[in-house]
Amino acid sequence: MSTKEWPLWEVFIRSKQGLNHKHVGSLRAPDAQLAIENARDVYTRRNEGISIWVIPSSEIVASDPDDSDSLFEPAASKVYRHPTFYDVPDGISHM
Amino acid sequence: MKETNLEALETAFQAKIDKDIRIEPKDWMPEEYRKTLIRQISQHAHSEIVGMLPEGNWITRAPNLRRKAVLLAKVQDEAGHGLYLYSAVETLGADREATIDDLHSGKAKYSSIFNYPTLSWADMGAIGWLVDGAAIMNQVPLCRCSYGPYARAMVRVCKEESFHQRQGFEIMSTLANGTPIQKALAQDALNRFWWPALMMFGPNDSDSPHSQQSMDWKIKRFSNDELRQTFVDVTVPQAEMIGLTIPDPDLKFNEETGHYEFGAINWDEFWEVVKGNGPCNADRIAARRNAKENGQWVREAAMAHEEKRKAKQAS
Ligand SMILES: [Fe+2]
Ligand SMILES: [Fe+2]
Repeated sequence: MSTKEWPLWEVFIRSKQGLNHKHVGSLRAPDAQLAIENARDVYTRRNEGISIWVIPSSEIVASDPDDSDSLFEPAASKVYRHPTFYDVPDGISHM
Repeated sequence: MKETNLEALETAFQAKIDKDIRIEPKDWMPEEYRKTLIRQISQHAHSEIVGMLPEGNWITRAPNLRRKAVLLAKVQDEAGHGLYLYSAVETLGADREATIDDLHSGKAKYSSIFNYPTLSWADMGAIGWLVDGAAIMNQVPLCRCSYGPYARAMVRVCKEESFHQRQGFEIMSTLANGTPIQKALAQDALNRFWWPALMMFGPNDSDSPHSQQSMDWKIKRFSNDELRQTFVDVTVPQAEMIGLTIPDPDLKFNEETGHYEFGAINWDEFWEVVKGNGPCNADRIAARRNAKENGQWVREAAMAHEEKRKAKQAS
């Protein structure tokens, strides 16, 4: 194919005021403006969103699943970071 | 050394699947799993897109504005379904345009139901009711598919499908309760779409060699025959309710099993259509090819415009 393909964009939608933008999928578009317009048609046909972010997929830097042990394992052993780790005598409230 | 490594990876992979842990794009997966998904998801995407054609045929001839707005929204949804799925297939490293070119060259398949013509307005009813109904049966279990992006796409698709089936059934029941000519149109549409709809579930389990592996990988959750039986069981009473007759003289309810028994499916017809010899195969592919070729200058112009804007900004 002689023509260059349109770049891939990742789409994030804020479903309502007060919530984070959430990744919903991707699409192809020639530029940012059309990526937003296409995202409107593809991902918000039923009031799923009030705000759209689009980011060129090539700009996303992701962690490697092979590194997940070294990245996330340390948190697993630190149970004292959770309130349930602590003994609170009966009768104590507001804590 | 390398072989034991691969074996360990495969064991760990299957263990994840058995524990119902979803597989995500960057996770290690067996090549065959990746290939199976690329084939299945891209063919699913093609079915959504080609599926717009038989219904698109009636948008300008819808009997009133309400029906027209509904059909337009339904067909637009199918475009969306295709796009969610192409987006999912790209997460597996497949090239979107290459999968589309495979459709156009005849290498990739799509659901053979869309190779039947839509001869009357009643066909819009039969398609929504039966074809979307069968698609829902197939797609609901896919919401729990082991591959994350496919499962998530299916959740969106299934939410949208339910109106598709209802609008079709509404068309059918309106016609079935209308004038004798309208009722005859509805019956004729049911006659033509019933058997192709049953074929949508694929060959009998005994003739479906890849099914077991897909079950083990939790890509597939129910067998073709199980899904087909469920479809018959729920659809026959719906037809009776609106006074239409299922075109199957062997159809009867088995009190003991609680299931309907139905006549033999014409698998020769199925394979002929799959091979490309159905009534509309050539038209469907020609329409898709034209769309791509005639739209090429627009895609090129849009890209050139953006490149020019970037160059201007840089200077
Ligand atoms: Fe669909
Ligand atoms: Fe649909």
